[in-house]
Amino acid sequence: MALVDQSIALVDCNNFYVSCERVFNPALKRKPVIVLSNNDGCVIARSQEVKNLGIKMGVPWFKVKSFAKYHKVIVFSSNYTLYADMSNRVMSIISGFGPNQEVYSIDECFLDLTGFKHLDFTDYGQHIRLTINKLVGLPVCVGIGASKTLAKLANYLAKKRPGLNGVCDLNSIKPNTLDSLLSTIEVREVWGVGKRIEQKLIKLGINNVLDLRRSSPRMLRKQFSIVMERTVRELNGELCIPLEETPPSKKQLVCSRGFGKPISSLSELSEAVTSYATRVAEKLRYQRSLATMIYVFIQTNSFKKKDQQYNSGRLIHLTKPTNDSRKLISAVLVGLKSIYKTGFFYKKAGVLINDILPVSNYQKGLFDDIESQEKSESLMKAMDGINNKMGSGTIKFIGEGLEKNWGAKAEKKTPCYTTNIDEIPVAYCI
Amino acid sequence: MGNKLSILSPIGLKLERSSSERPVFVSTIAAGFPSPADDYIESRIDLNEYLIQHKEATFFLRVQGDSMTGLGILNNDLLIVDRSLAVEEGNIVIAAIDGEFTVKQLTYSKKSCVLKAANPSYKDIIINSENNLEVWGVVRWAIHRLWP
Repeated sequence: MALVDQSIALVDCNNFYVSCERVFNPALKRKPVIVLSNNDGCVIARSQEVKNLGIKMGVPWFKVKSFAKYHKVIVFSSNYTLYADMSNRVMSIISGFGPNQEVYSIDECFLDLTGFKHLDFTDYGQHIRLTINKLVGLPVCVGIGASKTLAKLANYLAKKRPGLNGVCDLNSIKPNTLDSLLSTIEVREVWGVGKRIEQKLIKLGINNVLDLRRSSPRMLRKQFSIVMERTVRELNGELCIPLEETPPSKKQLVCSRGFGKPISSLSELSEAVTSYATRVAEKLRYQRSLATMIYVFIQTNSFKKKDQQYNSGRLIHLTKPTNDSRKLISAVLVGLKSIYKTGFFYKKAGVLINDILPVSNYQKGLFDDIESQEKSESLMKAMDGINNKMGSGTIKFIGEGLEKNWGAKAEKKTPCYTTNIDEIPVAYCI
Repeated sequence: MGNKLSILSPIGLKLERSSSERPVFVSTIAAGFPSPADDYIESRIDLNEYLIQHKEATFFLRVQGDSMTGLGILNNDLLIVDRSLAVEEGNIVIAAIDGEFTVKQLTYSKKSCVLKAANPSYKDIIINSENNLEVWGVVRWAIHRLWP
């Protein structure tokens, strides 16, 4: 890494969902804590204490439930309302530390520090860490490198090596020391290297990150793809993956959830897919896009081997591209009727759109009914406006059902401490 | 659309105004006399702006209990807590003690730190090693509801 031109930082929250729960519940400090995915299905966040117990990320909850209970692990359903608000706070604080920021996921972002050459980045990283911890109570780690891939790797080191105290600046490490450090890291820790690629790399004799860094980009491009070539160039300090400050519009939108209890009636399934279609339509309008087709699917529970299984889906082409909830709802209902069969216990349904057109690219047709299109636009705008101001679901389609008996299980969800005035934390004066 | 919504508010709908809203000019531009008030329009008082200095670090908590009545913090009050403030002696703080949030006044004695209640029927809490005390945030405002 002879010439280092860029300095990219990756700031990543530690055990984000668990840490959010801990901010508002001091009793969870130093206790083993787990957060479950939607519908209380799988383990998606673990405190360090739980990691030490050997409970793996993503395992189905029912498989580890009794083990966790034995070790007095505290369990929560996911509270995405809380996590999203805490994430927004963290991202907003971090944006004050550098001119260009890419919010990469709910709990991590890249920050371009290239212009700050006069700074000691290890100190600066500590400053970021302490600030976030003070202002919102969340622990983060900071990794700094000459590319996004190196920043990711630095962040991994900052997390795993306690001696670094949560901050690792690869740019500040001498070449020889860096080489021996990289030779201790397995290739699977590199951004973009999954299990399959790892196995192939090991067959090629590339066992650690130093090996990978010294490999020929051309050879890797032939063996794998241009993505792998970029990874190696990035490992050598070449910035190949630029920061994306405005997230690209999603190419695919999905809304699919498991039900709280198995359902078999067409009316309940209709309610579910109607709500999912509404969600997807809202997302479409939010990113100013139109759908040209929509896919609806239903599934039984494949874990219940004794039950009869049935999975099916149907793609519905829309006569005109649209983001009107009503049109998408009627489309998925037609699709659902055509695939529905009685006598099965359905566990999951979903709606998916993968051919998305930006509103600005839509060419109006000769026979388009302009007036009804304008009406549709203003109706949707009014709905979104009201739901944004007064809380989502203030105005909804009756087809979504009022009871939602099929709703996802979230038995241990904590209050929305920061977004609902009736659920704010209690401060005891006793 | 914002204007249409505000018509609904008198009949009891929850209406949130965003802090970025600014008043519109009273008059239209095209014809007639301009309103004499146009030059004097300022943005309306915004409580968010007034009460909250650091919005990322500000949280709301609800009071339960009467140990702080002597300092004007009553049962069921809304507390505005700012975590960005440096903790100083005499501050009303939210302290995390035994897994719960407690409201107390932070003071120091010779050797230890004392969390004081503001009601004679409650005892002070003496903290000997700083490790046991986590100050979660400083209370900036207590909002008390007078009309039910």
